[in-house]
Amino acid sequence: MSETPVRVGLFVTCLVDLFRPTVGFAAVKLLEEAGCTVEAPRAQTCCGQPAYNSGDRADTRAIAARVIAAFEPYDYVVAPSGSCAGMIREHYPALFGDDPALQKRAQALAARTYELVSFLTDVRGVSRVAARFDGTITYHDSCSGLRELGVKQQPRKLLAAVEGLRLAELPGAEICCGFGGTFCVKYPAISDKIVSEKTADIAATGADTLLAGDLGCLLNMAGKLQREGRLIAVRHVAEVLAGMTDGAPIGESKTG
Amino acid sequence: MQHATSHNFKNNAQRALGDAQLQRALGHVKKNFVERRAAAAARLPEFEALRDHARDIKNHVLENLDVYLERFESKVVANGGQVHWCEDAEAARQTILRICRSVNAKLVTRGKTMIGEEIDLNDFLEANGITPVETDLGEYIIQLRHEPPSHLIAPAIHLNKEQVAEAFRAAHTDLDPKRALSEAPALLAEARARLRSRFLAADVGITGANFLVAETGSSIIVTNEGNGDLTQTLPKIHIVLASLEKVVPTLEDAATILRVLARSATGQEMSVYTTISTGPRRADDLDGPEQYHVVLLDNGRSRMLGSEFRDALRCIRCGACLNHCPIYHAVGGHAYGWVYSGPIGAVLTPSLLGVEEAGHLPNASTFCGRCESVCPMRIPLPKMMRHWREQEFSRHLSPPAARWALQLWAFVAKRPPLYRLVTGIGARLLKMGGGRAGRLRSLPFAGGWTAHRDMPAPEGRTFQQLWAERGRR
Repeated sequence: MSETPVRVGLFVTCLVDLFRPTVGFAAVKLLEEAGCTVEAPRAQTCCGQPAYNSGDRADTRAIAARVIAAFEPYDYVVAPSGSCAGMIREHYPALFGDDPALQKRAQALAARTYELVSFLTDVRGVSRVAARFDGTITYHDSCSGLRELGVKQQPRKLLAAVEGLRLAELPGAEICCGFGGTFCVKYPAISDKIVSEKTADIAATGADTLLAGDLGCLLNMAGKLQREGRLIAVRHVAEVLAGMTDGAPIGESKTG
Repeated sequence: MQHATSHNFKNNAQRALGDAQLQRALGHVKKNFVERRAAAAARLPEFEALRDHARDIKNHVLENLDVYLERFESKVVANGGQVHWCEDAEAARQTILRICRSVNAKLVTRGKTMIGEEIDLNDFLEANGITPVETDLGEYIIQLRHEPPSHLIAPAIHLNKEQVAEAFRAAHTDLDPKRALSEAPALLAEARARLRSRFLAADVGITGANFLVAETGSSIIVTNEGNGDLTQTLPKIHIVLASLEKVVPTLEDAATILRVLARSATGQEMSVYTTISTGPRRADDLDGPEQYHVVLLDNGRSRMLGSEFRDALRCIRCGACLNHCPIYHAVGGHAYGWVYSGPIGAVLTPSLLGVEEAGHLPNASTFCGRCESVCPMRIPLPKMMRHWREQEFSRHLSPPAARWALQLWAFVAKRPPLYRLVTGIGARLLKMGGGRAGRLRSLPFAGGWTAHRDMPAPEGRTFQQLWAERGRR
């Protein structure tokens, strides 16, 4: 890997921060193994998508401006989420059409912002991981990562390097899980219909573990699988790639 | 249909979700249409480049719409036809009525036209003593059932054979009530026999247009049943009813867009019939109408042209966005409450009826982006739905509770120390609530979530707390 270590600002994402810090630590481990020094600026909160997708442009801009300032010192911004990375990369620059100076900074940051797994493979050239996972997994492609950032083969490539892991492909892996941020609470019946079809597809693969790269989708699918009483563990892909699967899966507890 | 129920989307959706027959029908949409489009795109190496080209053609047209519409009109007139510029639905209806009355028309045949649905033409003609007969099989079926189309290109996709047979028995009362109608060929034969006599008896034929060609003054329709040809060549008068963004500069341009249209819609390379009409019958023509009229409808489109919704005017009504939409798959077309459904309906309906009526539609999206990824004209549909949400937000039309929650959240998200405090407390409380199970079965203020699924409990400490404890930056 490269000579001088690259400085990565980890964009933890608010969901990982609140619900599953393990994913953040898994990201740190993977990034450090890939020769990066990692910092997680304390000034970070959220990428602003809840405001952005609710039509609240003023708050979105205010939040985005803070993210830009907090992460400007780093060579790269990496998030364990295609959705949040996609927000910074694909949407931030368009927020500041009337502020050329800030727009320029937004564009510069956007160009250095990546989703974790694709950063590892595409930027750092990682092709092997020191991890073992005994089980059959299936993989859901979260929409933003897939369609905004082209994340599809990258996680499969690294998962193939995990010892003991078998992948059973999920039919309809590219179809939305019905999460959609605030959508799932604004239109719960429709969201439920969509996620129910997803969990049926997941169960039909026969996999014992479901992985994906976005915690929002994972919380949604885990919550539905568990409500249905299906015994399928749910984890973020970074946990498996980092070999950090000792803790309980999402929505379970070691004592439970 | 004038009475849109888009404002009632939630109830419409609820009903659709509980309709077992509809759900079976929707299963075909999400499988067959999707697979056929993917196969057609894969068979054509230049498909993606064609999409770019098609988009560019329409963008050029929208930049120069006045020029091409005037060129189109002058060509139509030179060919012996007439163009009627209609600002709104009422103007279009009155124009069509005037033309029909000029020949004392009693029976009008109709080729498939979404604009006819948009201006509610059938009810209007009937109220004025003129019998309209839809000649596209799907449109004919929903006309008998007095319902709007549930899909752009497959208007009766929500029905099964038994429902069609029921509609035929109720409408065709002169036939033997004991006749067998359980198989599709029997239904087809009955519709064909019924429609054939209407084609021959019609005084006026009304079709839509997939394209209006400026260089020749032609209108182009594509069908798979050939009904459009009979509608426009047999009666004395052919009326083309089209909205103004259908114009393209040349036949070559139309041909380019045709190459992405059928592939995106049904996965066919071409529709079975592509029919070009250029003016009324000429002296040495063997057949054709005596009069050729084009009713050009604006109905809000020129307003869209100057707005952030301009790109939606590139739409060629292929239905690919519906076919790939998880929301459409879940609730079908009627839940959207008006003529246009799916992602394009979520953008167009607020433009045409107002966001007050149709505000639910652009909100009922997960922004999964699959629509945009298959749209042959590369319309940024999620972005436009977001624009509607922005209008709702800035005009204070979104629900007060949601606004309140959003502003509270934004207040916290803009203050990192407060954010860390709140998330720290939240992680602990939710962890406690999850208890030994590691998840919550119900949660105050999150009933929408926990009605259908558990809420996974957090691990208990936030990343930021743990990171700081490790002394890291």
